[in-house]
Amino acid sequence: MISHPRFYWGETGNDLTTPLFKLPIPASRALVPTGYGYVLPDQNGWSRYLHFQAAWVVVFTGLLYLISGLFTGHFWKSLLPRRSDLSWRRFSISIADHLRFKRPTEAEAWSYNVLQRLSYLFVIFFLFPLVIWTGLAMSPAFVSAFPATVNVLGGQQSARTLHFFVSLTLLLFLLVHVVMIFLAGFRSRMRAMITGRAGTRMERT
Amino acid sequence: MSEPSLDKLARRDLSSRDLSRRKLITTGLAATAGVSALGVAARLAQKYGLVPPDHGGIYGLGETLTYASQRLLTRHSLAREFARGQISKPPFANEIPPLSDAFKRLQAGGFADWRLTVGGMVTRPASFSLDQLKSYRSHSQITMLQCEEGWSYIAEWNGVPLSHVLEIVGVHPQARYVVYFSIDPDWWESIDMGDALHPQTFLAYGMNGGELPVGNGGPLRLRLPRQLGYKSVKYITQLTVTDSLKGFGKGLGSASPEGGYAWYAGI
Repeated sequence: MISHPRFYWGETGNDLTTPLFKLPIPASRALVPTGYGYVLPDQNGWSRYLHFQAAWVVVFTGLLYLISGLFTGHFWKSLLPRRSDLSWRRFSISIADHLRFKRPTEAEAWSYNVLQRLSYLFVIFFLFPLVIWTGLAMSPAFVSAFPATVNVLGGQQSARTLHFFVSLTLLLFLLVHVVMIFLAGFRSRMRAMITGRAGTRMERT
Repeated sequence: MSEPSLDKLARRDLSSRDLSRRKLITTGLAATAGVSALGVAARLAQKYGLVPPDHGGIYGLGETLTYASQRLLTRHSLAREFARGQISKPPFANEIPPLSDAFKRLQAGGFADWRLTVGGMVTRPASFSLDQLKSYRSHSQITMLQCEEGWSYIAEWNGVPLSHVLEIVGVHPQARYVVYFSIDPDWWESIDMGDALHPQTFLAYGMNGGELPVGNGGPLRLRLPRQLGYKSVKYITQLTVTDSLKGFGKGLGSASPEGGYAWYAGI
């Protein structure tokens, strides 16, 4: 991204073609016309190694999570919105509660509300598969075996642009999540995430 | 109110000891099976050429998984070819290293004295002029050159498949890699035999119907459309066929891992 902070749509894109948009940052390559008078140091080698190693971690933990979720019924029990949740009234109450930063009651703390359920489903079944797909669609070797994976996205540069936006959305989700954990009580939320139990002694009584 | 009998205590003691022993044995067996499975997997991967030369270090596992899975998935696949109308106009020429005096001398002579020497594990080591390479049936492909930096362009590449040249010199059956060198001494790469014999791996001397411009790697560059641009080394002067990459540079396969970049660039 820093070596070429220009994004395109279609198959190809380079310094001689018109970008869809440019990031307002200097580049780590001298030839890229960024408008800045200096070039950032090149960090592509190790960061690419790290990126692709991390991609394997995502794939393996994701698979483990999917399989265990299917076996334990986690997706149906905890993530699929309840029938009673699917009304505009419930929806607007949930949104209003969020906007007021209202803390959940003890009973509510035991399960996810409708907004949480929908956003988790979106992240797990849309954003993560899409970030892996758009990533693979940039691989010249992978698309040689499965050309349709890049063709339906509109080309290799389209895949790169989509990959950028999807990763940005995932990053935003992570940041919002971390902020909410701090707001909800860092210690109790971390304990709940690690042990799988709903939380503090207070909540359990 | 009775004390638990000695017999009961002994039995309880025995059963708990039994249980822990059983647990120990099963855990031990599982661990041994796991370790041996990993060992066997590593052996098999080595045997079938699924381990890249830069497999050491903290990123080695990820690199090995990528290389191995793509070798299995893409053994015979062809890089996407494009329509003539999709050719980028004008073709982008990336920054090139400063050209040496040796290069400039050859350029002044119209590259008439440019030679590609082929050696190593071959029956008939040879040295080819550009005219000789052009005398073989010319092939063309309209493929994308994709840089690790993020940009790309499509061009028609004309040249001779590397497999044809390897056939002429006669590659020994135990050969596993082809190492290729640019006239720039810091620029060399290698590929496995699968890629070397792939029908789209070219020694390219032409582009979009004309000579290959110096900015795009002329007079002779390797074209390897199933990997990123940095594997398509410009200004090729030497090929060495080998069964091991240990003797080349630091033994990591090419100049790329020495500079921090992955040897296998199919991503």
